[in-house]
Amino acid sequence: MDAQKAEVFAPWEDSDSKPIIHFQNVTKRFGDFTAIDDLTLDIYEKEFFALLGPSGCGKTTLMRMLAGFETPTEGQITLDGRDIAMVPPNKRPVNMMFQSYALFPHLSVADNVAFGLKRSDMPREEIPARVDEMLGLVQLRKFANRKPHQISGGQRQRVALARSLAKAPKLLLLDEPLGALDRKLREETQFELMDIQEKLGTTFVIVTHDQEEAMTVASRVAVMDNGKIEQVDTPERIYEFPGSRYVADFIGDVNLIEGAIRSVKKTEVEISWAEGLPNLRAAAPDGIEKGQNCCFAIRPEKVSISAEKPEDAANAIEGKVLDIGYLGNMSTYHVELSNGQIIKAQVANQRRLARRAFTWEDRVWVSFTATAGLVLTR
Amino acid sequence: MGVVHGHCRSGIDPLIMGNLRRIFLISVPYGWLLLLFLIPFAIVLKISLSDAALAIPPYAPRLEAGSGLKGVWDLLTRFDLENFVFLTQDSLYWKAYLSSVWIALVSVVFTLLVGYPIAYGMARASDEWRPTLMMLVILPFWTSFLIRVYAWIGILGTNGYLNQVLLWSGLISEPLVILNTNLAVYIGIVYTYLPFMVLPIYATLEKLDHDLLEAAEDLGCSRLQAFWLITVPLSRPGVIAGCFLVFIPVVGEFVIPSLLGGSKTLMIGKVLWDEFFSNRDWPLASAVAVILLLILIIPIVLFQRQQQRQQEAEQ
Repeated sequence: MDAQKAEVFAPWEDSDSKPIIHFQNVTKRFGDFTAIDDLTLDIYEKEFFALLGPSGCGKTTLMRMLAGFETPTEGQITLDGRDIAMVPPNKRPVNMMFQSYALFPHLSVADNVAFGLKRSDMPREEIPARVDEMLGLVQLRKFANRKPHQISGGQRQRVALARSLAKAPKLLLLDEPLGALDRKLREETQFELMDIQEKLGTTFVIVTHDQEEAMTVASRVAVMDNGKIEQVDTPERIYEFPGSRYVADFIGDVNLIEGAIRSVKKTEVEISWAEGLPNLRAAAPDGIEKGQNCCFAIRPEKVSISAEKPEDAANAIEGKVLDIGYLGNMSTYHVELSNGQIIKAQVANQRRLARRAFTWEDRVWVSFTATAGLVLTR
Repeated sequence: MGVVHGHCRSGIDPLIMGNLRRIFLISVPYGWLLLLFLIPFAIVLKISLSDAALAIPPYAPRLEAGSGLKGVWDLLTRFDLENFVFLTQDSLYWKAYLSSVWIALVSVVFTLLVGYPIAYGMARASDEWRPTLMMLVILPFWTSFLIRVYAWIGILGTNGYLNQVLLWSGLISEPLVILNTNLAVYIGIVYTYLPFMVLPIYATLEKLDHDLLEAAEDLGCSRLQAFWLITVPLSRPGVIAGCFLVFIPVVGEFVIPSLLGGSKTLMIGKVLWDEFFSNRDWPLASAVAVILLLILIIPIVLFQRQQQRQQEAEQ
């Protein structure tokens, strides 16, 4: 479904489309601390854009600059081509859903949703209908007269969403919107968020540290680190073609093998990485040169594990099972190679546990094709 | 396992032990109330039902030691409501009660007007400044209340510091008469009771989630609107608590009106003092005190209920 959507909706690949938000060399400093470092970024209309990164990477600062609570130290932010640096938060066509939800405890659910509408130029008599419409959107009509402390955490989250959408903003900012929900509810809500976003066509920018959440909901993900954007891409490309060690390591699980390019053929490189072990064969990235230091990154689910050496695999290395992580639907085998490097291999548990093929201390072969991994130079 | 062990050693059922402990814990505050509130009040009530007499202490009848049950019965039959009837006959008393309540109400308004901005400023101050500001609010408690009120005589008097500064600066050509007027009483009360207003308001403002104000701004409020629509309603419990904490003691206040107020300043605390020490009419003074307490029970009960409601809302 995601792949289909990406084919239809990809304004970032169209050179004619104008971004709704444009960051131009934006820097934000707090005293000596640089929160955002010379950042340039485009976000397009109707996108569901995720800012992903560890805490302190600057993603929240970026969002607060969009909301108007912070102003850039240097650079320019434009919304619909208009510089918004001097526009205060209450005059921006931007609304924010707070991580804490920030529901007004002294107002009922309906009054919370109506709060923004009452400050807008919407005629008084139209407000109740709009509130009802928004509460219908998040399925909370029954709770209109409750106070925030009388409803559950999941319901509060929906009120916060309805309130921030009520004024039909051009841009909705979501700060860790699902962080306080338990796992099951979070997953359900992710799909609901996507439905609502598709229905309304509003541009959503979500800040999260949860990579699964970002991958699930977003049309594009920006991975941030130390105030810079490491990579902006669709979830599929971020996962399959990470641009750097940092992104590969941050998104999902990965084996990182440090080495150097031994030889470059047309489509393939050989990487020497450990004495006494065969060179790795991998697909050659553009512009790679012999002798260059590199990192071979391969996802655990692309590594096979077998008792006998496979005949046709481009890469096969012997090792011993050190640990087995049982995840239910799959198991992760930690295989220690003769040089001490540990390779993680993930295998779907198609058989019941009692009939598992390998156990601790077993000698096994890990293998993968030449195109399964990625050679990274950053 | 620990329970079984304890059971064997002490030989007392742990349930009974638990009950005993509960009874003990409850008995401490109740004992406190009984000893320091109910018994003194009963004594005051008893005196208020007696008659003034030339004796030490100056009232009759008194319970003679060793007179037994008959003595108690004798005592009870000689009680009457004469003092309370007298309070309704002389207009001085109900005027003093009314005037006290009025002065307390006006003081509450002034204290709120001065205290709210102080509490707001404290709550908005940076973290490293807050303990210092808190200290400055509490600091006056470290010196005697009496001395601090005396100090105001030196400030407000005709030749006081305030008049000297104003005369020197040329703002006035003749000294202002402030001391021994109601204005001086209000100044003294606002000054003395300010911490009782500031601290509860500060407590609610300090808890106020800053996200709420940002959310209000995000939804289209100006800073001022956000203050009226969010900060003010959410600090209401602190404001109510502060108003009660000022109102209740100010109604019975007597040091400030007697030191700073003039002959026209009528407050029930001063009347009570005069009855007790100048007229040595203990029974009448006790009756004044009993009525004062009955008047104050209404706001005290309201205050308690408000506190309880707020605690429930927070849970």
